[in-house]
Amino acid sequence: DGELMFQQVPLVEIDGMKLVQTRAILSYIAGRYNLYGKDLKERALIDMYVEGITDLMQMILMFPFLPPEAKEKNLESIKEKATNRYFPVFEKALKQHGQDFLVGNKFSWADVQLTEAILAVEEKIPAVLSAFPQLQAFKTRMSNMPTIKKFLQPGSPRKPPPDEHYVQTVRKILKI
Amino acid sequence: MAGKPKLYYFNGRGKMESIRWLLAAAGVEFEEEFLETREQYEKLLQGGSLLFQQVPLVEIDGMKMVQTRAILSYIAGKYNLYGKDLKERALIDMYVGGTDDLMGFILMFPFLSAEDKEKQRATIVQKATSRYFPVYEKVLKDHGQSFLVGNKFSWADVHLLEAILMVEEKKSDVLSGFPQLQAFKARISSIPTIKKFLEPGSQRKPVPDDKYVETVRRVLRMYYDIKAN
Repeated sequence: DGELMFQQVPLVEIDGMKLVQTRAILSYIAGRYNLYGKDLKERALIDMYVEGITDLMQMILMFPFLPPEAKEKNLESIKEKATNRYFPVFEKALKQHGQDFLVGNKFSWADVQLTEAILAVEEKIPAVLSAFPQLQAFKTRMSNMPTIKKFLQPGSPRKPPPDEHYVQTVRKILKI
Repeated sequence: MAGKPKLYYFNGRGKMESIRWLLAAAGVEFEEEFLETREQYEKLLQGGSLLFQQVPLVEIDGMKMVQTRAILSYIAGKYNLYGKDLKERALIDMYVGGTDDLMGFILMFPFLSAEDKEKQRATIVQKATSRYFPVYEKVLKDHGQSFLVGNKFSWADVHLLEAILMVEEKKSDVLSGFPQLQAFKARISSIPTIKKFLEPGSQRKPVPDDKYVETVRRVLRMYYDIKAN
């Protein structure tokens, strides 16, 4: 029907637009709802943080689609990258400014994305935050924000970890 | 007042090329430091310049920026190449997302085996002509304007031109079914800043060769095989 600009999902119908391209959709929402910093430089910092977290999440995204023999190794890789490359950056940022939020002392897209990533990695590696006290406190703080708290409760639109049924469905529909 | 932006990358296209294009399109002069040795890279790492231990790195306006998309968005915003409002920005982001995906197929091309290169060339052409080019062809046809978004030159136009030229390097007549894109290519190429960037002697980098591949592998210690996607 011509709804999918590049023949791909996600598709989000919002404010009269049919938006595709995950990043475009997220940027739009962040801008619209004041979660994108107060100026170009804060936006740049949020973008840098979000892009880094996205790289980490990419590994988790494809995990369910890996053959069983590759999963063990991939899990090691996720753990290594999370603990050596990504989490230290945010641990340091929070420690240095001592504020509640990553950028500009204000709740932003970066905080949401980091919370999502922490929870996703913890599902695979429960003790992953053991060396990151700032991130532990951050996770608790974010989880207690009313809108996030609500999203974390059963019955919200939040989706569970992907299972075999999900993988089959995706493969069938996209023929991959 | 900050000095010129400074780019840290290999002496080749890779992920930095889109940044070179955008700065050039905006008429911004920039400096470059080319990574030739592992030692240079380790020095950058130890100095704490690389937020996620990766290049591209661009020093701009007092920031050490990493993550290609973040850098491009910042440049686009600063130099008024990002539309006039949130909705135009969303459109530009969508279009750039598409050309980014297309150029992603070309990014790894130099690292593939000879056999995989042939397969990948076919994939690139197929994706360009059946998924990506038709979208931009239609956008231009539908509004009949010179530029993709908001009747004004933007990041989306620069990125699309870059993608078109890269695909043409793989198949020279790839635009034959796309008259709007042919006209677009001619139009955007003749914009003074772009025209200058397309001339010999500019900071535009050539098609990556084996020497480039060798340098990247050596500096990043990236010796594993890369598969086609």
